[in-house]
Amino acid sequence: MTTRLRTKRILHWIAVHALAVAAALFFVLPFVFLFLTSVMTDRQTLTSDLWPHEWRWSNYADVFSTPGFGTWWRNTLLYAGLGTVLCLVSSLPVAYALARFRFRFRGLALLLVIAAMMLPPQVVVIPMYIFWSETMGLSGSLWPLIIPLAFGDAFSIFLLRQFLLTVPPDYLDAARVDGCGEVRILLRIVVPMIRPALAAVALFQFFYCWNDYFGPQVYTSENPGAWTLSYGLESFKGAHHTNWNLTMAATLLVMAPVILVFFFAQKVFIEGVTLTGVKG
Amino acid sequence: MTAAVPPALRAQRRRRTARTVAFLSPWLIGFAVFFAYPLGATVYYSFTRYDLINPPEWVGLQNWRYVFRDYPYLDKALRNTLWLVAIMVPVRVLFGLGVGMIAVRLRRGANLFRTLCYLPFLAPPVAATIGFVFLLNPATGPFDQFLAGLGLGDVGWFNDPQWAKPALTVLAVWGVGDLMVIFVAALVDVPREQYEAAQLDGAGAWQRFRYVTWPAITPIVLFAVVTGVIQTMQYYTQAMVAGKVASGIVGAPGQSFEPGYPDGSTLTLPQLVYEEGFSTFDTGAASVLSLILFGIAMTVTALLMRRRAGLLGDD
Repeated sequence: MTTRLRTKRILHWIAVHALAVAAALFFVLPFVFLFLTSVMTDRQTLTSDLWPHEWRWSNYADVFSTPGFGTWWRNTLLYAGLGTVLCLVSSLPVAYALARFRFRFRGLALLLVIAAMMLPPQVVVIPMYIFWSETMGLSGSLWPLIIPLAFGDAFSIFLLRQFLLTVPPDYLDAARVDGCGEVRILLRIVVPMIRPALAAVALFQFFYCWNDYFGPQVYTSENPGAWTLSYGLESFKGAHHTNWNLTMAATLLVMAPVILVFFFAQKVFIEGVTLTGVKG
Repeated sequence: MTAAVPPALRAQRRRRTARTVAFLSPWLIGFAVFFAYPLGATVYYSFTRYDLINPPEWVGLQNWRYVFRDYPYLDKALRNTLWLVAIMVPVRVLFGLGVGMIAVRLRRGANLFRTLCYLPFLAPPVAATIGFVFLLNPATGPFDQFLAGLGLGDVGWFNDPQWAKPALTVLAVWGVGDLMVIFVAALVDVPREQYEAAQLDGAGAWQRFRYVTWPAITPIVLFAVVTGVIQTMQYYTQAMVAGKVASGIVGAPGQSFEPGYPDGSTLTLPQLVYEEGFSTFDTGAASVLSLILFGIAMTVTALLMRRRAGLLGDD
């Protein structure tokens, strides 16, 4: 009996670990192949050999010296950095009101936030493009993507509100009794309490801007000087037809910052994902 | 009614309303300018002929008739979307659940495993898509070499109308990390005693899954499916980039790219909106397509809200 149980346990252990290794390989191998290709010579990328004959680290330098690549970095940092700051500053008070104020239409307001969150960006893009290009004369720049973030972002509002619901109302009431105004309560009491939440929302927004392809495609395609990495990367492949090595090096360079940020902020990030999904 | 309220209380109420409006003001402006106005304008443009150069001209239902009767791509885009909903979404959810179940069973290396699983989800979609077009390319791609090694012949993946959607599914499954995290959180919450009790009653592994795990995680599975469907309605970047890179027509001015390469097999509604709005400059048709997309997305969202009233959190 005990030996049978033990064999069963061992078999179970082996099965779980075999599956784990297979899954891990599936997740990791694409990165490995991309990396190996990125250090090959031009000619070798056209063969089916997977291991580099000679390691051409200079491919990475070549990518950086490609005209435009530096500009795309700057543009991406501007869009993601400024966009994230504006989004946090404008979304926080809205989320606070939705979570902690009692007013008529609160349910409706929340419903509209959720509707806006679920709205595919393509639905309103035609009039928005006409507005930004004809009325404001801002097409060919990233401002049509950055400015709206100063007016609250539905997803960030929703996520911040979910976090704010976990702040015990007693704290706020105590402060109110002491004669603290709402703005001061928000800045002095709430913000320090939900710092991890703010970090998570900031990361999400930063990643969203970093990864955005549709926005830059609509507003900047006519002006390569305003392209972001995500949009420019695609044309990089166009300019280097068969040079998969350079394209792969550029691809990894676009992935790298996001993955680095993740390693520094892993806990914050996973908490955020869990909260958006489950604890709703 | 109002007469009964003392003036001091009324003043306080007014101050409260002003405060609420002040806190909500960024969103009130944002909602009006970036949501309500463009939605109304889209409805208006759907009844006009407008090429962005000459002023819009009222044409009644002409665009609607054109899109529903004579437009050859709508049907294709809807069919593709249905395929993605019926196959890509469930495959991704099941794979996420499977990986989550492995993750909670590991002791040593559990953190490493979760991190490795999560990394692909973070890879920017454009970069990941270009990478997979390379990895799955039939000539020199490592994946096809592996398949050929198994004697499975070569598959055209992103260049074959039959295989383009399965190729996009492989890409989507690679980025399953978000679902893994959600499922791990749900699986950890299932009370251990229930497993032990089931085991004492002689329940096998499948029965434990069926009668203990599954009922506990059904809401999360449902949530994963519905959000998956909503994301599928917006499916754009991967399909567009894969089509462009695989066909070799990328960004160069003067080269016209017809979305959905190969042969319309990866066409989706958002891509049609872009195509009609920004390369054919048929604003009327693009607006009609936008509104169809809006209708579908809001219907799915309404289903989500009904199934999960708890999404609102408070009451």
